[in-house]
Amino acid sequence: MSPRKKKVEWKRADGRELNELRPIKIESGILPNADGSAYIEMGRNKIIAGVFGPREMHPKHLAKPHMAVLRCRYHMAPFSVDPRRSPAPSRRDNEISRVMRYALEPAIFLERYPRSSIEVYAEVLQADGGTRCASINAATVALVDAGIPMRDLVVACAAGKMDGRIILDLGDYEDKKGEADVPVAYMPKLGKVTLLQMDGVLSAEELEQCIDISIEGCKQIYEMQREALKKKYGIEEEET
Amino acid sequence: MSACFESRDLVIPGDVLYEGRIRTGDNTCRAEGKVCATRIGLVNYGHGSVSVIALEAGYNPLVGDLVVGEVIDIDLGHWIVDIDASAEAVLNVPDAIDAPFRPDIVMPDILDVGDTIVAKIVDLDRRRTPILSILGRGLGKMEEGLIIRITPSKIPRLIGKKGSMVNMILKETGCMAVIGQNGRVLVQGRTREQEEMVVNVVGKIEREAHTTGLTNRIQEYIKQMKEGGN
Repeated sequence: MSPRKKKVEWKRADGRELNELRPIKIESGILPNADGSAYIEMGRNKIIAGVFGPREMHPKHLAKPHMAVLRCRYHMAPFSVDPRRSPAPSRRDNEISRVMRYALEPAIFLERYPRSSIEVYAEVLQADGGTRCASINAATVALVDAGIPMRDLVVACAAGKMDGRIILDLGDYEDKKGEADVPVAYMPKLGKVTLLQMDGVLSAEELEQCIDISIEGCKQIYEMQREALKKKYGIEEEET
Repeated sequence: MSACFESRDLVIPGDVLYEGRIRTGDNTCRAEGKVCATRIGLVNYGHGSVSVIALEAGYNPLVGDLVVGEVIDIDLGHWIVDIDASAEAVLNVPDAIDAPFRPDIVMPDILDVGDTIVAKIVDLDRRRTPILSILGRGLGKMEEGLIIRITPSKIPRLIGKKGSMVNMILKETGCMAVIGQNGRVLVQGRTREQEEMVVNVVGKIEREAHTTGLTNRIQEYIKQMKEGGN
């Protein structure tokens, strides 16, 4: 029971390095009925995002005369967690919907479509920590797939602290047992942060460290988003 | 002052296409002295300008466009028509029957909710609402046919250079078609099989719009389908 024994081998629950992402798989254009769509697997998270628009805003009194309205809906399926959750939108769903909107808005040329709406739906099929980041990643790919003009892609990734160590891309266990969680959304080409939340207790230096490694993580995810977007056209490209 | 990609490379929103002064074309924006892409598409450098040919884009209504739309509402003196744009289009009574509006006109007798029309955009008003007209040859209410929806940015590919692609398809399949610039294609054939052949061909064009030598490949494809059917 000596304290030394605990210190020797500190490993993350799933054996990852401190700054290692979970395995990610992204696909674009998977739903023919939506204008744009994407599917993401980030570790054990499974999320589908669909985009409609720009189209006429209903109800009309909510339309803005000088720009489009971005409407986001984040929703967790009843079977996405154990035990089953109620399918009704919860307080948390509403928060994440809003946070997604704030994260995506700076990237979209909303002013080009006055009086119309762009709708983003993120449906969590399976949750395993960091769904808000994964939803943003999927929503960006879906927005590009819908042909909505954008300044840059938005990439999101969380960092946090567990057992006094700063770690990247927290899973469900680390999210719950850890000391802090910092989701960051980032526009890699413009170098701008569009979302920064913090849950837990961190010192100023630790927070900066968290932001730095999550931006590093974002840059890795950005490459995967690019791959996913190109893959939709890649197969035919080789024929020429 | 340099190009960052080769012409016809696939680019993604945010990609820097050019550093320095240059004219910017479609689907590009200027940011901090650089020209960036705003849509996924193929970059095109030429004649002192840079543009992106979008692979995915919504329909942007322009005056003179031929569109296929659906009547979704009747208002006093005008119909509201869905043309898949960011705003719903308006068809005024004088643009539909070539006579001024009178209160005794029974509007649903002329066009009812759910009717499909082929119309021309004659104007964009101050709110950028498209104003339609169905007066003219080939325009008006359509009673028969099949509607195919494709990405509006791929319509030029479906038409081809001076209509080479669409003429070839119509000749080979024996169908009639109205190609709306808004991505709705109205196909009228003598038999269901003919129409389905066009549906398959348009689907193939949509998937392979960004490749070269498409017209010849489509011709082969139609030939294969004809042989398979017989």
